[in-house]
Amino acid sequence: MKTRLMKGNEAVGEAAVSAGCRHYYGYPITPQNEIPEYLSYRMPEVGGVFIQSESEIAAINMVYGTSSTGARVMTSSSSPGISLKAEGISYLAGSELPAVIVNMMRGGPGLGGIQPAQGDYFQAVKGGGHGDYRVIVLAAASVQELYTFTLLAFDLADRYRNPVMLLGDGLLGQMMEEVEIPQDLGDDNPPGKPWAVTGCRGRGRNIINSLYLDPHKLEAHNRKLQEKYKGIMEREQRFQEHHTEDCELLLVAYGTAARVSRGAVDEARALGIKAGLFRPQTLWPFPNRGLKEAARRARALLVVEMSSGQMVEDVNLGVQCRLPVHFYGRMGGIVPSAGEVLEEIKRIEGGLA
Amino acid sequence: MAGKGKLTIARDRCKGCGLCIHFCPKGILKEFLELNRLGYRPVSLEEEGECTGCGICALMCPDMVIQVERGEGA
Amino acid sequence: MKVIAKRPESLTQQAFHYCPGCTHGIIHRLVAEVIDELGEGGPAVGIAPVGCSVLAYEYFNLDMIQASHGRAPAVATGVKRALPDCIVFTYQGDGDLAAIGLSEIVHAALRGENFTVIFVNNAIYGMTGGQIAPTTLPGQKTTTSPLGRDTVLSGNPIKVCELLATQEGPAYLSRVSVHSPAQVRRARKAIQKAFEVQRKKQGFSLVEILSTCPTNWGLDPLKSLEWLEKEMLPRYPLGEFRTPGGEENGSL
Repeated sequence: MKTRLMKGNEAVGEAAVSAGCRHYYGYPITPQNEIPEYLSYRMPEVGGVFIQSESEIAAINMVYGTSSTGARVMTSSSSPGISLKAEGISYLAGSELPAVIVNMMRGGPGLGGIQPAQGDYFQAVKGGGHGDYRVIVLAAASVQELYTFTLLAFDLADRYRNPVMLLGDGLLGQMMEEVEIPQDLGDDNPPGKPWAVTGCRGRGRNIINSLYLDPHKLEAHNRKLQEKYKGIMEREQRFQEHHTEDCELLLVAYGTAARVSRGAVDEARALGIKAGLFRPQTLWPFPNRGLKEAARRARALLVVEMSSGQMVEDVNLGVQCRLPVHFYGRMGGIVPSAGEVLEEIKRIEGGLA
Repeated sequence: MAGKGKLTIARDRCKGCGLCIHFCPKGILKEFLELNRLGYRPVSLEEEGECTGCGICALMCPDMVIQVERGEGA
Repeated sequence: MKVIAKRPESLTQQAFHYCPGCTHGIIHRLVAEVIDELGEGGPAVGIAPVGCSVLAYEYFNLDMIQASHGRAPAVATGVKRALPDCIVFTYQGDGDLAAIGLSEIVHAALRGENFTVIFVNNAIYGMTGGQIAPTTLPGQKTTTSPLGRDTVLSGNPIKVCELLATQEGPAYLSRVSVHSPAQVRRARKAIQKAFEVQRKKQGFSLVEILSTCPTNWGLDPLKSLEWLEKEMLPRYPLGEFRTPGGEENGSL
């Protein structure tokens, strides 16, 4: 297995190329600029297309166009830019077009800041744009995962004809780690795309569309989408556990917050506190089954996020409000330290004793 | 020249906008009195023998109601 | 007997939903006829964003994409970059192209994207019921300029061909009209030329077509053609604003 030292944002770009993506469209925004910068020279090297578009709105619509032709395509941005892409993501979902959208989250709301944050959980997981739709959301917690989840994102997008969002944050995008380049780059047998618009004559014409003026047809279309989402919820829940087998206090965190929480759990264990970590790798579908299992011996949960506690709602639903769910978070671009989280663990543990 | 044209009018597709009637150089297209399926008074060719098959009616028709044929040598 | 006018192959049998006398229908036919002429060389993809022509995917017998409001040039960019040998066109109205989608059209033109834009200018928002458009004439009454367009309040109408002609990107820019048989024939020639420019990979081509909106103008179809000629032509002069050979003809 090959290993490479890579920056998070570059890992995303290189993995996209490895996944066979030959079209990238994006607009500069910090802290994800290394993705377009990397692909601006990497795409031409592999005969691909790189366009720095006039706006995020244009970028996501270029994605819509290329995806319509059946080609793999990616865009990336950071929080305010994702807001601009929201309309296009809704259209992609409505027209059932595969696409990979990367969000290296920064602090908000509004222009916010450029430091790492996780305030876009609701936007990513609950919709973001208009209408009844879902986006598969992968949350990486390392440069390795930024690489492998980018590969996975393309496969899931094609398999389900659905946009997939890869969530990172400013920290993950900027940091460098060793990456093992896997032998297996994904689906050996990706699904064909007989629906794609290619201008071919000699077959029935294909239409990419999300407009259904007849409410019955629109409802039927929505039912079909919901059926698909049910299948995704059934099959695609992903998570990772750390010391959950006997844990009494279960931490739940994703991305950078999970890296910090893992350190805090290890320190708590050293103090004899039975803490564990449940780390969702898919935020939608939320790994309810895994969470329930991991929490079976827990007496309390602690959600750690770099936000005001957006994932708390899903954790509460996951354990069906049977257990107290505590929250510790920092906002505005501040990454909590393991020490801060440990203090919170000790405080809760004290209450349990 | 006269009498070389043949029009096939899809009467039920006509929205009665009257553009063909206005632009017909021979003035031989008229509004039909009976309403069509859409509820419009469709175009109709009054004097069949006078049509030269110039095609202007079809050129100006927004709904491709009129197919025009022209006799050879016209 | 020889058929000299019939429904082009590149249109489906579906009847247009357009209002009586609306010249969208004429323009659809012209585009379809020109695509028919491309024959085997012309597998085509059409892109229709929001506007009266949003249902164009029902009418063009081609692979079609329905796009969001104003974004067709970005979508077309994505299609053409993936299918460089495919004929790609957008079919956009004036609110779509010149208001909400101005950024996308300008940048597609600046990049010299090799697709064709059919730009239908009827000086009003048709689909939503006749609101003021970026192309609405000074003094023109609409549902959101009930006393007539006041340029102090709502600005001046935009001249898209003239605007794009100030830049180096586009290869072909032409403004035509469909208010008379002679003008319809000229419009057809301009559309032919635009698709030819694309087929030869010469770059971005746009044909602005002055069109009527009898319903929202509050005029019958015939009076609408007269209004177009009398009111729109002075503000929107016909002609070629850019050709690949450089032989612009501002007075077609």
